[in-house]
Amino acid sequence: MSTMNLARREGSLLGDSMTMFGRSLKLSMRSPEAIFMALIVPAVLMVVFVYVFGGAMDVGGYSVVNFIVPGIILQTIGQGMPAIAVRVNSDMTKGIVDRFRTMPIAKSSILVGHAFATLVQSAITVAATIGAALLVGFRPSAGLIEWLMIAGILVLYIFMMAWLAVVSGVHAKESESAAGLMSMIGILPFLSSGFVPTETMPWALRVFAENQPMTPIINTMRALMLDQPLPDGALRAAILWCVGLTVVFYGMALAIYQRKTRR
Amino acid sequence: MTQPSPAIVVKNLTKSYKNHQVLKGVNFTVQQGSIFALLGSNGAGKTTTVKILATLMQPDGGRAEINGCDVVQEAGAVRNEISLTGQYAAVDEMLTGRENLRIIGALRHLPDKNARADELLDFFRLTDAGDNLVATYSGGMRRRLDIAMSLMGRPPVVFLDEPTTGLDPQNRLAMWEIVKSMADSGTTVLLTTQYLDEAEYLADHIAVLHEGVIIADGTVDELKQKLPQGIIQLQFKTEADLQKARELLTGYPIRRGETAFAIDVQTDGGAKQFADILNKLNYWNVADFTFAPKQPTLEDAFLTLIGEK
Ligand SMILES: Nc1ncnc2c1ncn2[C@@H]1O[C@H](COP(=O)(O)OP(=O)(O)OP(=O)(O)O)[C@@H](O)[C@H]1O
Ligand SMILES: [Mg+2]
Repeated sequence: MSTMNLARREGSLLGDSMTMFGRSLKLSMRSPEAIFMALIVPAVLMVVFVYVFGGAMDVGGYSVVNFIVPGIILQTIGQGMPAIAVRVNSDMTKGIVDRFRTMPIAKSSILVGHAFATLVQSAITVAATIGAALLVGFRPSAGLIEWLMIAGILVLYIFMMAWLAVVSGVHAKESESAAGLMSMIGILPFLSSGFVPTETMPWALRVFAENQPMTPIINTMRALMLDQPLPDGALRAAILWCVGLTVVFYGMALAIYQRKTRR
Repeated sequence: MTQPSPAIVVKNLTKSYKNHQVLKGVNFTVQQGSIFALLGSNGAGKTTTVKILATLMQPDGGRAEINGCDVVQEAGAVRNEISLTGQYAAVDEMLTGRENLRIIGALRHLPDKNARADELLDFFRLTDAGDNLVATYSGGMRRRLDIAMSLMGRPPVVFLDEPTTGLDPQNRLAMWEIVKSMADSGTTVLLTTQYLDEAEYLADHIAVLHEGVIIADGTVDELKQKLPQGIIQLQFKTEADLQKARELLTGYPIRRGETAFAIDVQTDGGAKQFADILNKLNYWNVADFTFAPKQPTLEDAFLTLIGEK
């Protein structure tokens, strides 16, 4: 018999996830390295690629900056991911998750909160990257529809990356390895059509580059930004990759979380 | 007179990590609105017991109920009755104290979460620091915030795992007052501790956990009768005197003392045995020593209780 008439509640995934989203967002906006990653890195990368490597890059009929903006965007989004993985990991290892698990709330809400906060953090990164690109001569010719499509693809891409970061965070035993896995993913945009046309690559690399998810995403975004015809099947491949991998990573994150918190 | 139903019932609880059996059949009962201390040394299984009661872990055998709800079968209902303040503070460093509290309030669906947060900040003397990041808090402030977070939802049963470990004497006393006032307002408190004096001061009921079982269980007065009262600490100047004393006092249980050339002699606490010891030493010219009565420590209690078994 309870001495106080507390209403009996089970958690609601939506409501609890909203609370957790607010928490994760505050945490991410207060971590200095996240802000640094979100704002400074895009600018530095832009300058390095356009002014340092740019002269030596052969990107076909494009201006260097117009060519590399989609790759840089994916790259800067990726740069923010180790911090997400570390945050998830520290919740897992520092007793925070245990506190929430003794409360009547929806189990996965803490992970969902992190994933949605990643969306906001990455959106800021994308805005900073496009801003920096415009300053160094990026001249997009996309209309409203094209920009909305680009935004849609980026949302899917960010979710995919966010859930991968969550997987890395719940899986790792300590924060270094959580960050490590996500840093490795950061190489992928370089092994894609993001910085040089795949035709110029050696055979093995080219096969990899043309069949990894970054390439259709980049090709689609580039065509949309520069108002060119979409390459065959690129949009469909981009969406399938993002949605498919998001589902896979989401499932993995939940499965690992369940296993680690099994009573 | 009918007893109200107990807040916590633990029956034959067992738990192993791989092939290391930590709990070997733990039994105890905690009455509504009382303070219950689970006393045990490092590795005794205190945290394991608390984790099972707080639904973080399932026992291998036995069962436990909180306000009539089974911790395994009805974990969801149990979570509405309890809160846990773990051994290590689980607070968000990069949030303020107030934000930490409000998040718990939101997750507990409190209609008055902001007012409740202010009330607890005030009660835990954190109002001035309420809007500072927890990263700037001292250890004592962190502990207080941690407990305040546990109290946000006004849970009827509260678990505190070593609430005073690592606190300085002043913060320790403050924590004691907080625990007392929780019980005064009708909350059932189960706390774990390694310190006998803490259990003695706070608890209505104490259970001593050792090697996976409760080796003693009762009110402070009941338990005190079982504790060694007549320990005398003898401090010598030389190793030779010490050895001589050990030979002379073979009739008494003797343990090595805490300092060099010191021994603890167990007596029945009566004048006769005391005089006997002094006489023996005097007679054989082992006279250059000091003596003092020794407060029984948890270790003494264990040794006596284990000896009884
Ligand atoms: N997850 C685990 N895996 C394996 N062994 C564990 C695990 N958790 C605890 N143990 C072991 O179980 C025993 C009891 O641990 P527990 O944490 O319950 O003790 P405790 O009484 O809380 O000790 P302390 O005073 O140090 O907090 C210890 O020997 C500990 O090493
Ligand atoms: Mg412990």
